[in-house]
Amino acid sequence: MKELWKLFGLFFKIGLFTFGGGYAMLPLLRAEVVEKRKFVTEQELLDLYSIGQCTPGIISINVATYIGYQQKKVWGAVATTLGIVLPSVIIITLLASVLQQFTDNRYVAYAFAGIRVCVAALIADVVYDLAKKNLNNYFAAGVFIVSLILLVWLNISAVLLVLLAGITALAAGEIKRVKK
Amino acid sequence: MTYLLLFAEFFKIGLFAIGGGLVTVPFLFDLTDRYDWFSKAELTNMIAVSESTPGPIGVNMATFAGFNATGIWGGIIATFGLVLPSVIIMIMVAKMMRKYSCNLRVHNVLNGIRPAVLALILFAGLQVAKISITGSLEILVFAGLLAMMRLWKQSPIIYLCLAAIIGIVLKL
Repeated sequence: MKELWKLFGLFFKIGLFTFGGGYAMLPLLRAEVVEKRKFVTEQELLDLYSIGQCTPGIISINVATYIGYQQKKVWGAVATTLGIVLPSVIIITLLASVLQQFTDNRYVAYAFAGIRVCVAALIADVVYDLAKKNLNNYFAAGVFIVSLILLVWLNISAVLLVLLAGITALAAGEIKRVKK
Repeated sequence: MTYLLLFAEFFKIGLFAIGGGLVTVPFLFDLTDRYDWFSKAELTNMIAVSESTPGPIGVNMATFAGFNATGIWGGIIATFGLVLPSVIIMIMVAKMMRKYSCNLRVHNVLNGIRPAVLALILFAGLQVAKISITGSLEILVFAGLLAMMRLWKQSPIIYLCLAAIIGIVLKL
């Protein structure tokens, strides 16, 4: 029981002190679970990130669940996952209730108009980085363009698009293998 | 009934949003078309708040979206729904093999999904642009901020604070 609380406390701290999640969490996670507590090795942590990349869900949750399970089975996984999620739930709930009271204020409205423009710029920035990293072959570029067409003109749902892209890639991979 | 819908919708997002971070955003924009839980403008404000508060963005978004929809329990249930697929799948992965690695088929599927997810994020970005960039002043602010991001990599919080000040000064 004491160790479950410790696991919970550790991941609560990680949830509280990382902005952004995913890769932003890596340095703190490394310091705590690799260097200080030796739960996993450096290599295992990196493997965990690549597994997180190819399993559904939020990467930071995947990593937390895995380490918790590895330490203390299912209850360990529950403790670490609750730990990493709880700071978000508390902070956002408090903020959301306060925010609703201020959105009528004129200056808050101006600030949020500016912030929304910034969100558009932040997304453009992320898209640029991801495009540079991922659209480096004809197949990827083709999937990207067809996806965009399906979204803009056919208003296809996000879930359906992910499914279609997955099936297409699986089929393309199999065809390539049979040809070889 | 709304609680059940919230749970189901966020479970679906947890299952299909592969990668994390902004990947949840397009799925949330999808929800604005089907439910009146939050508007596109509110969602954009949520992105800003999620980027400037601690914790994984996806979790922050789920809590915020659920809270906006039905209050405190909505936030908790949406977050629970989002997290559950991860927990189930990762326990299975940890159980099956300590040294799990992505096999070739999984690798192929993910390589195909990534560009589609990129298209999804771009599409969400276009929706944000449509509601936020409403005049020539906004275009200028957008271009200025983007140029700063490309030339001077800083935490998103810095740009968001700056944009809030610009918004007040220019009365956007």
